[in-house]
Amino acid sequence: MKKYDVRTTISYPTKGAMGKTGNWRVFTPILDKKKCVKCLRCWIYCPEATVIRNKDDTVDIDYEYCKGCGICADVCKVKAIVMERVGEKE
Amino acid sequence: MAIKDLPREECYLPGSAACPGCPATMAMRIVFKAIGKKMVMIVPACCTAVIESIHPKTSFNIPTMNIAFEAAAAGASGVEAGLRKQGREDITVVAWAGDGGTYDIGIQALSGALERNTNFIYICYNNQIYSNTGIQRSGATPYAAWTTTTVRGKTEFRKEMGEIIQAHHIPYAAQACVAYPEDLYKKVKKAKSIKGPKYIEIMAPCPPGWRFGMEKTVEMGTMAVETGAWALYEYENEKVTFNGKSKLILDGKIERKSIEDWIKYQGRFRHLFIPKKDVKRLKEIEEHVDKIWERYRACYL
Repeated sequence: MKKYDVRTTISYPTKGAMGKTGNWRVFTPILDKKKCVKCLRCWIYCPEATVIRNKDDTVDIDYEYCKGCGICADVCKVKAIVMERVGEKE
Repeated sequence: MAIKDLPREECYLPGSAACPGCPATMAMRIVFKAIGKKMVMIVPACCTAVIESIHPKTSFNIPTMNIAFEAAAAGASGVEAGLRKQGREDITVVAWAGDGGTYDIGIQALSGALERNTNFIYICYNNQIYSNTGIQRSGATPYAAWTTTTVRGKTEFRKEMGEIIQAHHIPYAAQACVAYPEDLYKKVKKAKSIKGPKYIEIMAPCPPGWRFGMEKTVEMGTMAVETGAWALYEYENEKVTFNGKSKLILDGKIERKSIEDWIKYQGRFRHLFIPKKDVKRLKEIEEHVDKIWERYRACYL
């Protein structure tokens, strides 16, 4: 990235500026791709931009940065996303 | 317009300092999508100054300038003048402030910039409190809401910023809500295409500030519009047009829901329900909303 020679303090865009925010998560969204109808509501409403929109409009979740707010599960009309407590499966 | 038609480009990078379920980042993503990379953002003290994350990293992939609390619009005027002198008028200047920096502290700079006909977009994301500094009351806080400085509930009603802005007779002003992203996208896109000062206010229900579950942000936004606590409208060429659900309420096609349905899910209104239902204050809130809609009908129908 181009660095600028200015006298003021300057920050540069970086993914994960506050570290891997995925470890803030208490509940993890689990996506059932068979139920998904590609309405993309989870993608547009995700506050963290961690729902990734693929070329064919299917979605994936970026667990590295997902903070686990649960908005995607709340707005999903077909209940394709469910929230599971972290560590419950093991 | 459907959600599918919104652009894929993302100028907000994941891993910021925002709370989970933050409405500000939700709105910001849509604004970035509507304006694109050719923009400069001016941010006064507000949640967004924190969301940007700490030096030497930032989560915004667009040029952003931080400025003092009261100076968002003044800063934007300066940046706009600088770009105009350099002949780079294709760049959109956006001032992005919270409701504290708009309703209370930044109002004189904003009023000045609107009066000077500065070519910029002022966006206020309104979460009805100073949430960045720990939930204090602002001019946008509704009647009877708890904040750390109004422990028994606020005793005054909020002011109508939309109508104060209309008094400046600017080319474009609008009110939107994070729960309606297509509507917000359309309004920002329209604002971008118009020359002169533009003002957009976005209702942003704040989970830690309003005391509701972080997964309910969108639901709270939808309810705010359906109960009539918030109106979606556009002000263009001296004419106000209501959109979406607000238009149906204005025309009387649907009855607005009771305000109680909205506030009973918010912890900031809990003292109205526990230990005893405060019928008097609930009735006052309901009557106030009715009065606002009566005025809307008299003025804009």
